[in-house]
Amino acid sequence: MFDYGEVLDLALRETLTGVTDRGHRRVPALPVTPALQSLLPAGLRRGSTVSVSGSMSLLLAVLGAASADGAWCALVGLPHLSAEAADEYGIDLARLAVVPRPGEGWARAVGALLDAVDVVATCPPARVVPGDVRRLAARARTRDAVLMPFGAGTWPGADVRLHLSDGEWHGIGEGTGRLRRRRVSVTVEGRGQAARARSVELWLPADGGGVAPVDTTVVPLRAVG
Amino acid sequence: MPPRMIAVWCPDWPVTAACAEAETSDEAPVAVFTANRVVACSHEARTFGVRRGLRRREAQARCPELVVLPRNEAAEARLFEPVVLTLESIAPGVEVTRPGLAAIGVRGPTRYFGSETAVLHALSRAIGDTNLLIGVADGSFAAEQAARHGVIVPPGESSAYLAELPVSTLDPSGNSALTDLLRRLGLRTLGAFAALPAGEVHARFGPDGLWAHRQAGGRDDRPLAARKPPAELVTTLDLEPPVDRIDTVAFSARATAERFIADLSGHGLACACLELSALTENGEETVRRWRHAGVLSTVDVVDRIRWQLEGWLAGSRRPTGGVTRLRLVPVETVPLGVHQQALWGGSGDDDERAHRALARVQTLLGHGSVLIPVRDGGRDPLQRTRYVPWGDEPVPERSPEQPWPGRLPAPAPSVLIDPPRPVQVLDDAGRPVTVTDRGAIPRPPARFVLGDRTLAIQHWAGPWPVDERWWAPDATSRVARFQLVDIAGRAYLVTCTTPGGRWALTATYD
Repeated sequence: MFDYGEVLDLALRETLTGVTDRGHRRVPALPVTPALQSLLPAGLRRGSTVSVSGSMSLLLAVLGAASADGAWCALVGLPHLSAEAADEYGIDLARLAVVPRPGEGWARAVGALLDAVDVVATCPPARVVPGDVRRLAARARTRDAVLMPFGAGTWPGADVRLHLSDGEWHGIGEGTGRLRRRRVSVTVEGRGQAARARSVELWLPADGGGVAPVDTTVVPLRAVG
Repeated sequence: MPPRMIAVWCPDWPVTAACAEAETSDEAPVAVFTANRVVACSHEARTFGVRRGLRRREAQARCPELVVLPRNEAAEARLFEPVVLTLESIAPGVEVTRPGLAAIGVRGPTRYFGSETAVLHALSRAIGDTNLLIGVADGSFAAEQAARHGVIVPPGESSAYLAELPVSTLDPSGNSALTDLLRRLGLRTLGAFAALPAGEVHARFGPDGLWAHRQAGGRDDRPLAARKPPAELVTTLDLEPPVDRIDTVAFSARATAERFIADLSGHGLACACLELSALTENGEETVRRWRHAGVLSTVDVVDRIRWQLEGWLAGSRRPTGGVTRLRLVPVETVPLGVHQQALWGGSGDDDERAHRALARVQTLLGHGSVLIPVRDGGRDPLQRTRYVPWGDEPVPERSPEQPWPGRLPAPAPSVLIDPPRPVQVLDDAGRPVTVTDRGAIPRPPARFVLGDRTLAIQHWAGPWPVDERWWAPDATSRVARFQLVDIAGRAYLVTCTTPGGRWALTATYD
């Protein structure tokens, strides 16, 4: 028996939304803010594992646009997050759940969340069983969720790795001014076509919070006199 | 059965009212317009083919001598008032649906005048020569339709009477998406629509559809008031012999859950919050309340039984015996027609799934393990973020929108240290940095000690004194804030109590 419902569903999806081609399954990727598009040109591909390290702000910036677009996010075992900062990066707090201390049930909690939440960011415990890594990545893949291990240089098999290396604060002096913005360099490396590591300069946070690209266009010299 | 009503309908009331206002004769073809569309027209105009919903230009093309009047709703209400007064002289409790249409209950005046016919005679005498139609039927929707046709529907035959009418009667203005869709689905009469099962109509068309469905069936067309469920809706399941496997319990519970939901819907209710308790042979008990974003279906109830038992039987305080009894108590119910759910799935569907997953994680890890961050009001970054357990109402204690002078300007620190960690801030000679009463620092900071690490300070800003709640002795707080940047480029927010000189790390700009 030919299943018309499914065909119709597929046809509708294709015409209604811009979709990314990922083999036999076609699911639209989660969006990222324009400032991060040089890092993640295709957005957050559903079903992938994206590891983020070096900065909590970077994690929030990556989640921002997806959350504002209607995705649910969960943070498992991460440090005490400031709701104000999350708000500055555009995260919708009504669709954000935090599990501060998963304890022994870490793998089960992350697994249960991957079933229904679009992005699950988690700080893995010190010792992760390789089986758990495989199982969770596979679960993210089948449920079209994004698994985002944080602060984990050791998470094997991540599709994309984002790392914030050095930051330089602007606006603060010695007893004067205040923290206004930070110029950072974020390295992205991955597998497949993104295998070559690239670095991108960003303001993170930018003036007044949020993330902004660093304008590196060189003003050409002009003849004078 | 809905109460029997007499409806009084004045045909083309907007036209009558507008003509009286504009002092034009209603002999000429007249049409009343709102937003360039005909909302009502006189009988004369109708003979020329003017119809409700036409544009002005079209209407004038069909009838060149058409008198065009704007709608005047205030005049409609004002002119209808004498009619209502006349009706009230016959029977109290007149219900004005809108100007031009009113209804009275039959029961009271019938007892006074002796019979329904006597009431109608009295009415027509009182009304005199006003041009209006009277109809009698069960329920106000059926009565309105009867009045439009000027008929008297015998008691108990309202639904049969309504069944013959076209679906467009549900919304005479003709711009309702529902009637349009029903027509395209092939449901041309109210009877065909009313023959659909109520549950299916609700699932497909939402509360508005269910409301229309009730009207079409000539059933009580007033929404039920939310009320506490009667006791007999509590459903219990006794297991003999005791069962200690979750899947066995869930299997046996399925029929019970079905009965539970069916009992409620038989009363026109749906469950929004469920209390589920399980008892073992040794007397241990688990009780938990499950709230649902919408209303609980059978599958939802079985899921919750499974989750609660999973959490209980796998937890640290696991029971010693098998489960002997399950009890389902509807704690909060809503009338079937009230619950609103997005019609086309959409975002509501995702929310629903996420809510379930979070409820599941909360069962695994215990209450208070899943938190929702809320922006709160206050001057301190720690005060400005509040976490509430999943399931509680995420409302701020103080308004975050107020200015809160003295708070830190954006960007906000991303990671909060709760409780603040004691640190030492030293000058270049290794002496602690102090803040004077006047908020000055004699020696600038050069290093700070965080746990067992000593970090050199590259940049710093402050002190910013904050003197909060000096009038309340037990809530007073006087601190000076600093922002410090170490040589690795990491930024910290530290506070120093004044007086006292105790330094603490409250947040980092990670």
